[in-house]
Amino acid sequence: MDFISILSIFVLACFVGYYVVWSVTPALHTPLMAVTNAISSVIIVGALIAAAAADVPGAKWLGLLGIVLASVNIFGGFAVTARMLAMYKKKEKK
Amino acid sequence: MLRLLLAAPFAVLAVPAHAATGEPVNPWVALAYLVSGVFFILALRGLSSPATSRTGNRFGMVGMLIAVVTTLVTHFPSIKNNGCPEEPVITRSGNSEFMMLCDGNLAPDWASFGEIALAILIGAIIGITIARRIAMTAMPELVAAFHSLVGLAAVLVGWAAYLNPGAFGLLVPMDTIGTDYSLPMQIGAVSKVEMGLGIAIGAITFSGSVIAFLKLSGRMSGSPILLPARHVINLGTLVAIIVLTALFAMAAPAETMPLIIALTVLAFVIGFLLIIPIGGADMPVVVSMLNSYSGWAAAAMGFTLGNTAMIITGALVGSSGAILSYIMCRAMNRSFISVIAGGFGADDSGAGGGEAKEQRPYKQGSAADAAFMLEQAEKVIIIPGYGMAVAQAQHALREMADILEEKGVDVKYAIHPVAGRMPGHMNVLLAEAQVPYENVFELEDINSEFAQADVAFIIGANDVVNPAAKTDKSSPIYGMPVFDVDKAKQVFFIKRSMGGVGYAGVDNDVFYMDQTMMLLSDAKKMVEEIVKALD
Repeated sequence: MDFISILSIFVLACFVGYYVVWSVTPALHTPLMAVTNAISSVIIVGALIAAAAADVPGAKWLGLLGIVLASVNIFGGFAVTARMLAMYKKKEKK
Repeated sequence: MLRLLLAAPFAVLAVPAHAATGEPVNPWVALAYLVSGVFFILALRGLSSPATSRTGNRFGMVGMLIAVVTTLVTHFPSIKNNGCPEEPVITRSGNSEFMMLCDGNLAPDWASFGEIALAILIGAIIGITIARRIAMTAMPELVAAFHSLVGLAAVLVGWAAYLNPGAFGLLVPMDTIGTDYSLPMQIGAVSKVEMGLGIAIGAITFSGSVIAFLKLSGRMSGSPILLPARHVINLGTLVAIIVLTALFAMAAPAETMPLIIALTVLAFVIGFLLIIPIGGADMPVVVSMLNSYSGWAAAAMGFTLGNTAMIITGALVGSSGAILSYIMCRAMNRSFISVIAGGFGADDSGAGGGEAKEQRPYKQGSAADAAFMLEQAEKVIIIPGYGMAVAQAQHALREMADILEEKGVDVKYAIHPVAGRMPGHMNVLLAEAQVPYENVFELEDINSEFAQADVAFIIGANDVVNPAAKTDKSSPIYGMPVFDVDKAKQVFFIKRSMGGVGYAGVDNDVFYMDQTMMLLSDAKKMVEEIVKALD
């Protein structure tokens, strides 16, 4: 993709992010940080490419280490978010 | 839609992408990454209410699964045939020479599917174990630690792309317009700028988050560490990073290595320098800011790889962290610049506690007094602060609220944006104690109700109820939005002793008001005694 197409996606995504994040209820700001943490680990894509196609000696290890770090974040981030969200309960009807 | 999603990863098998040769990206792959990005948007959208949030989190997982499967499916075909695709992948060996992969001179060295699965498994076990065990009070340091991992992963990916540009499709011919494919290849200048920025932001995120983690977890003192001439040092380092990125982009292939090493090292150093002068009270802003940085690092890597999922996610996370930082700054009436400049709270011990102040009279009460008046009340507003969480009083507090509600008292919780140590932290702590979220209100939604409240019940909070923020222009917290507890008929203030002051180190007039009753005790013990007295 050429630079301008990528830049367009980026700029539009920033606007989407702005409006979506302002609509997040303040009560869920901590889960928001945990889940953004998990999704920013989509950087694992880069680590997978580095590990799966490395042909310079050593580059594969950079990729594999990147995969481990990003996986900790992905699984840890989604799991801790799920754990927090499960605690938000409505009032029990008596 | 579903069929399309299922079909996408398989469709790409038919058309292996050869990004290195400048061919256009396979549209199915690009589409799959786009879908993944959309799922991430839906994940955040779900957080607009607790009811939809769990579905949102699942959308996030689906998005991640799509991104990972797409990458594995598209990048594994090149490993078949012993790694030698039909068209040669041009790669680089050592620092400067270019050679063809599979020309017999270079032993290909890539991870097998098993190694990759093992790496994911190791990460998954560590991640899930931590997520299950972590205490909710420790959430800020966990998030800081996770940010550092994103930062470090960005640095690793940036370096991998630099060492192995062919695999990432970053090579362009060495002629001026980059179209003559008979010439030797090099990394394009734009790619190098993106790569340099990605590595720099990732490294800053990493070292900054490590410091934030150490400060939040108490492994390092929360008080600011102020170097002489730190503003000059920091600005100088930032300028040096920008200059190095520019030099790196323009340098000939043989000369890039020292530049990118210097760039990486300086970025690690500046991340460290930027966070050490920031005091414990400002950590909520710092954690949000590092959240933002981790997003921009992912976005920069997305630019390098031309990956839509990474760019969308990076932009989402970047904006999210920036908005949270803004909300936190607004809640403390601090400008973002003054937080970044650091030093807030440095003079805590000097000005706040040391001087012998005149003793002002205050009223002290017992748990029985408090219980009696709470029972008589029609409306009680509880203001919890971080001190409540430190004392682990939230469960006892909820028990007290339950008893009062059974007796027909209207109980509400009022949360200040800076009540915990990260945005929304107090809400999580109350949710953990099974406080229904409909009873929990934000500052601006509840502040007008204090005039009708019979009791304002302050537990573990201090600065957020200090009227000096409204009246005293010389106060360090002047201008910070605070709860109007002075309008309530009766104020109960649970505090360990009269000595301690809040983060900002200022005295609080609420202690000495006529309608205030000080309940001097450990928060948990006091609430438990009130519960006993209520029965």
